Amino acid sequence: MKKFLAVILSLVMALSLVACGGGSKTSAPTTSSGEKVIRIGVFEPQTGENGGGGIQEVYGIRYANKVYNTINIGGEDYKVELYEVDNKSDKTEAVNAAQKLIAGKVSVVLGSYGSGVSIAAGEYFKEAKIPAIGCSCTNPQVTNGNEYYFRTCFLDPFQGTVMSSYCKNHGYSKVAVITQLGDDYSEGLGNFFVKACEQNGIEVVAQEKFQTNEQDFKAILTNIKGKEPQFIFAPSSIATAPLILSQARELGIECQIGGGDTWENGTIIDNAHGAAEGMVVTTFYEANPATATGEEAMFLKGNGMGDTATGFSDYLVKVENQPAVIPAVSALGYDAYLAAFKAMQEAQSTNGEDIREALTHLAFTGVTGDISFNADGDANKNAAYVKEVKDGKFEFKEIVKID
Amino acid sequence: MNVTQFFQHSLTGISVGGCYALIAIGYTLVYGILRLINFAHGDIFMVAGYFMIFSFAVLPFPIAILVTLVLTTLLGIGIEKVAYAPLRNAPRMSVMISAIGVSYLLQNLATYLFTAIPQPYPEIPGLKLRIQIGEISTSFVTLITPIITILFVAVLLYLVNKTKIGMAMRAVSRDYEAASLMGIKLNKTISFTFAIGSFLAAVGSILYFTDRSTVFPYSGSLPGLKCFVAAVFGGIGSIPGALVGGFFIGICETIIKAIGLSTFSDAFTFIVLILMLLIKPTGLFGEKNIDKV
Repeated sequence: MKKFLAVILSLVMALSLVACGGGSKTSAPTTSSGEKVIRIGVFEPQTGENGGGGIQEVYGIRYANKVYNTINIGGEDYKVELYEVDNKSDKTEAVNAAQKLIAGKVSVVLGSYGSGVSIAAGEYFKEAKIPAIGCSCTNPQVTNGNEYYFRTCFLDPFQGTVMSSYCKNHGYSKVAVITQLGDDYSEGLGNFFVKACEQNGIEVVAQEKFQTNEQDFKAILTNIKGKEPQFIFAPSSIATAPLILSQARELGIECQIGGGDTWENGTIIDNAHGAAEGMVVTTFYEANPATATGEEAMFLKGNGMGDTATGFSDYLVKVENQPAVIPAVSALGYDAYLAAFKAMQEAQSTNGEDIREALTHLAFTGVTGDISFNADGDANKNAAYVKEVKDGKFEFKEIVKID
Repeated sequence: MNVTQFFQHSLTGISVGGCYALIAIGYTLVYGILRLINFAHGDIFMVAGYFMIFSFAVLPFPIAILVTLVLTTLLGIGIEKVAYAPLRNAPRMSVMISAIGVSYLLQNLATYLFTAIPQPYPEIPGLKLRIQIGEISTSFVTLITPIITILFVAVLLYLVNKTKIGMAMRAVSRDYEAASLMGIKLNKTISFTFAIGSFLAAVGSILYFTDRSTVFPYSGSLPGLKCFVAAVFGGIGSIPGALVGGFFIGICETIIKAIGLSTFSDAFTFIVLILMLLIKPTGLFGEKNIDKV
């Protein structure tokens, strides 16, 4: 009887393997109804360390896909389909995810949240001649030497420089930096902040580092407290931020604490239980429905159709079951999709090389402002929004411009 | 490093160590009885965090704490019944692999149900109170963590050494076949052990997460590993060993970070594990055990 069972079981397993093999075969880009389809790959972390931020970018992309869902190329209508893969915030998984996208015959790739995974996958997209458009990956290395990688946001050096200018504008003369070891984003921002501070004549009294997934910052914060800085710059992940904030306040550190764009996230305020009050962040986007025009107005107020009828924040609540607050990365995700869409329209082609060519001279006004790409593939931007937490909400503080 | 900083660091280290000790006891108890390293223990700790978040949302806090403790205890017993009990007579390796499976199941289930976005841990009234002693600033929870830890360990030691069920636990850990021949109910005793381990993990989770204010699906994995090291360091199977090991790892980690070597803090923990296994595999307080051939 046992032997019989074993035979049956092994048969089932063998059959399931066959089934798997059949499933992974990539279908030709047409739907069952014969409609022509263009696939856009969504290369984002939906789990792992950056899963929280990655999914917010995906929301923006999904929304854009609902607004712009058909494209006319060479007189034929194509349906634009999203092909989402999860890169799990992990550099090894990112390569697997990239290969899955390439095998899935996507025309363009959008993403990723987190620079490390984008750098890891960049070479693969380049080899496959598929242009990729990053939304919020701010490390210079993402686009550097890779003519197939573009991005809709500003760069790390820029954010570090902006924060340093902010410190200068507010008369801070002693600052401290906390960065995450081995994390391209965190160390990148930190390094450029330190460099800019040296130029601005601001003394960096402490530079502390911590390990990924660290939960106890009291030891390094105690050291920082002894140096009495007026400002602490701690660019790091959403998971880390509330820990640094609340543990700093517990130790009696009263100075202002600032982070990069990742910190602009409502969950930090909830999780820090009041310790987030007064913290500042640099950010890509600030929703302002009163003055919104063009694409931004459409993004905020909707286009009157289906799920996108009443704007993105309603979409977040109704379709994705999220709070109504619009994260900046969602706006960038929307713009990245738009860039891909417009480039395909301009190129009148679904071929990766043609789309890349179109992207290099594309210029349009997206949700986050005017977008065009420079020779490196980076968006041309010269200003960042600084926001401060007041009464448990992010409030626009000032625009810091760099010459 | 001045005197104030020294005391501040010591306080941090002792408090972290207290939490580690509470979790490490869970590893030690289960190992003592089943000779099983319960890899899912760190994740039970994490799930206890989510239990607290959800029960706090609908119940007043004293009841929420109680509900958390009870649910976590039941979870521990349930895991044993479902994933370990059917493998009672299987090779030890199978049970261990089953434990790793449970660990991944809990992590991924939490990611699926609650997403990877860190969830705010509720603030239990009074625990987060800031206390200023001279130059040292700390919170109430940091101060009481080591006290609660030592209190629970004392109760546990009494339970194991002086009560009937404790005697049964010791007997099962010696030789479970002989113990069951003597009329000790094997399954009941093992369930009881898992109940205590999970209960202490829940207590540890309340103290730990109150101080760190967020829970996410992977927040149990690293503390879990470190506490496993603590248990091995103290001598796996020994309750005072787990206590000493927990405090040792917590304090050393804080010192290493304090002198600016954060890079090596995790590496240190695992070097301790390797060294201990090389030099004294039975740990500080572990009993030498000669296997019958």
